[in-house]
Amino acid sequence: MADLRNDFVGIKSPNPFWLASAPPTDKEYNVRRAFEAGWGGVVWKTLGEDGPPVVNVNGPRYGAIYGADRRLLGLNNIELITDRPLEVNLREIKTVKRDYPDRAMVVSLMVPCEEEAWKRILARVEETGADGVELNFGCPHGMSERGMGSAVGQVPEYVEMVTRWCKANTRMPVIVKLTPNITDIRLASRAAHKGGADAVSLINTINSITSVDLDLMCPEPTIDGKGTHGGYCGPAVKPIALNMVAEIARDPETRGLPISGIGGVTTWKDAAEFMALGAGNVQVCTAVMTYGFRIVQEMIAGMSDWMDRKGFSTLSDFTGMAVPNVTDWQYLNLNYITKAVIDQEACIKCGRCYAACEDTSHQAIGMTPERRFVVKDEECVACNLCVDVCPVEGCITMRRLAPGEVDPRTGRTVPAEYGNWTAHPNNPAARAAE
Amino acid sequence: MANTPLTPGIVSGRLGAEQYRDNFADKAPPLTPHEAAVAADRCYFCHDAPCVTACPTAIDIPLFIREIATGAPRAAARTIFAQNILGGMCARVCPTEQLCEQSCVRETAEGKPVAIGRLQRFATDTLMAAGGHPFTRAAPTGRRIAVVGAGPAGLACAHRLAMKGHEVTLFDARPKPGGLNEYGIAAYKTVGGFAQAEVDWLLGIGGISLRNGMALGRDITLDGLRAEHDAVFLAIGLAGVNALRAEGEDKAHVRDAVDFIAELRQAEDLSKIAVGRNVVVIGGGMTAVDAAVQSKLLGAETVTMVYRRSRAAMGASEAEQNLAASKGVRIVTGAAPLRILGEGAVEAVEFAYTKETASGLELSEETFRLRADQVFKAIGQQLEGAPEGLALSGRKIAVTGPGRTSLPGVWAGGDCAAGGDDLTVTAVAEGRDAAEDIHATLMGEG
Repeated sequence: MADLRNDFVGIKSPNPFWLASAPPTDKEYNVRRAFEAGWGGVVWKTLGEDGPPVVNVNGPRYGAIYGADRRLLGLNNIELITDRPLEVNLREIKTVKRDYPDRAMVVSLMVPCEEEAWKRILARVEETGADGVELNFGCPHGMSERGMGSAVGQVPEYVEMVTRWCKANTRMPVIVKLTPNITDIRLASRAAHKGGADAVSLINTINSITSVDLDLMCPEPTIDGKGTHGGYCGPAVKPIALNMVAEIARDPETRGLPISGIGGVTTWKDAAEFMALGAGNVQVCTAVMTYGFRIVQEMIAGMSDWMDRKGFSTLSDFTGMAVPNVTDWQYLNLNYITKAVIDQEACIKCGRCYAACEDTSHQAIGMTPERRFVVKDEECVACNLCVDVCPVEGCITMRRLAPGEVDPRTGRTVPAEYGNWTAHPNNPAARAAE
Repeated sequence: MANTPLTPGIVSGRLGAEQYRDNFADKAPPLTPHEAAVAADRCYFCHDAPCVTACPTAIDIPLFIREIATGAPRAAARTIFAQNILGGMCARVCPTEQLCEQSCVRETAEGKPVAIGRLQRFATDTLMAAGGHPFTRAAPTGRRIAVVGAGPAGLACAHRLAMKGHEVTLFDARPKPGGLNEYGIAAYKTVGGFAQAEVDWLLGIGGISLRNGMALGRDITLDGLRAEHDAVFLAIGLAGVNALRAEGEDKAHVRDAVDFIAELRQAEDLSKIAVGRNVVVIGGGMTAVDAAVQSKLLGAETVTMVYRRSRAAMGASEAEQNLAASKGVRIVTGAAPLRILGEGAVEAVEFAYTKETASGLELSEETFRLRADQVFKAIGQQLEGAPEGLALSGRKIAVTGPGRTSLPGVWAGGDCAAGGDDLTVTAVAEGRDAAEDIHATLMGEG
């Protein structure tokens, strides 16, 4: 049986599944139920300065994007940091941590860009016995208008400065949460690293307008006829998050910097993918907001089952395994030649592969009057679009041409050796291959 | 003392008012918007979709389902009506499990097709409930066309001709338009006066004058129509009923199923319709099922359908057979009637089992009797009263291409014309295609 215990920058939890700083972790009632359900840890929803708490809108806070059968694919929110008094949150954090000592309790923080403000709140959090803090430099709406959240995260110098203040004023591990609303995520992670961060977590939500109410002519969620951009999350953002995690994991300047992966993690498989790309653990939000806390049982069972099948006994056995395989386009093997193959037994004859290839790609699929769809190897460039649009998983696969075979499209014999763009004859900058 | 299913003889009021209402409620109630959204999401939007090929009217099914899925059910309805102006009725009565839904790739994939028929009803009901008519007429052509028979073929033809700008006179022998939609389909398939509402809505195109109670050969003649119109479309259906050719067929309470179905459809009060305690229906088609099921729903104690060939050879679809079975109708196959027994009125029917042989169906020596106080004959209809001078093919009006008969200027379609299945949707396709051909011919494009 695989061991799912997680040690992230010294913070221990029974599994690598944490709940991200968000509505599910805003109060004791929720967090207790999350721990009872089996979550390994939480990042308590962002605390602000002492004093009158922020207020939220009193209309809708969320907008949604759906797939077929109204499956929630993306969620956007305009909620701010906690709107409950600091004192109440701190008291609850202390009580819950006391009752669940084996679970990770990290506290998300966002206060104005002044060292004294950070120093004050860090001392208060330490008193709760929490395991660490996460600096919210990511929230893209509302708080950013007040010079906090992503307004900090978008300026690497600020990220470094605030991180340094925090490291100087607490013994707790400091995790810096990054905003994806920046052109190169590595600049922010490098800044956090320079400031002494123990880890980064990413991604926070993405600036977004999910939809427009065509009767009101107003973005949704609509508050009295007006809307504002919100933070986008959920399964739809996972590809963006994976790329940013990988960018940091393979950046020589931040190599080894622990990463907590966030962004559309919905199943055990999503979590395994983040971890394969270098994340030490993952944080989940939208999935529990859609399905409730119970999904962690699927995540625990699914990852454990997969690790057993793969022969991984601990998380570190596979963490970061995919990082060396993330490369630049120029190093991809151009001598790796494949062709699509349609399994006629599995084919249900919908013809979507044909429509996609005929209308939008390379006219490489033939169709008979009996609706038999067959790939024309002489036209197939192996783009994979047919695989992607086929509704039957496994019906269309890609077959690799063995070295020595002739590619009917080019008439050339497939070479056995690796060959990439850097040395390709069509590349004007190709280096001589001697 | 009220009657019950056990009351002997042919009596009315075997059931309570609530049972009549429940028994004759909508067989497949309309989808709610939520159900429609879920069902529509299952469509794969196939290329050159097999469901379209399977539809006699070639409705662009993936397109209309996508229109439903994207919140535009009225656009979906226009897509349907552009091909099939009786898309509302077809959504209710089409044997979809043998047509579009049978060919659905999700039937192949999962044994559960997209609910095309019910989605079609969702779209067409939505547009029809909104009122108004979705099509406009072209500029008047000055051409006058007679359409004989206001059933599905005649209505489809008349509508298409009116849309093209022609003036149409639509004749029908019966008191109401609609043909089999009004008189020949089980009540639970088209509740709430839908057939008449659909005709009224269809006539909203304008340019069609309806003349009911005008029978060809009695009140009008083909020669007369030809003299006064630029073209004639015959959609007179099959008014004759095949004879049983069994001894004792003339005994009381032996009746044509089509008459029973028509009486039931026109009844104001179902508790006034008399039905036997033990009913035997002879035949294996849709009409036989409609008569058998409705007999049971009216409170008959036992209803037995007897068909001379195998179950697979039955004209009624598998879904119809299952419906009959679920309502308690017993289906006996491989038996043919020998004689109707009884003193004056029928008391029993004697059948012989049949054998399929190389030279055809033969009666075996083995016989059995079924008690019956009412017998419905449902062994098919035949063309009756076809005008002189029209060439026939078999027992129907011979046509070539889109309904051209042997007489110039005369087209025919629907059940009275040779070729095609005797389905509502086939009749609609034939009426529509004949209209296009009439138009092209009259306007010099043909």
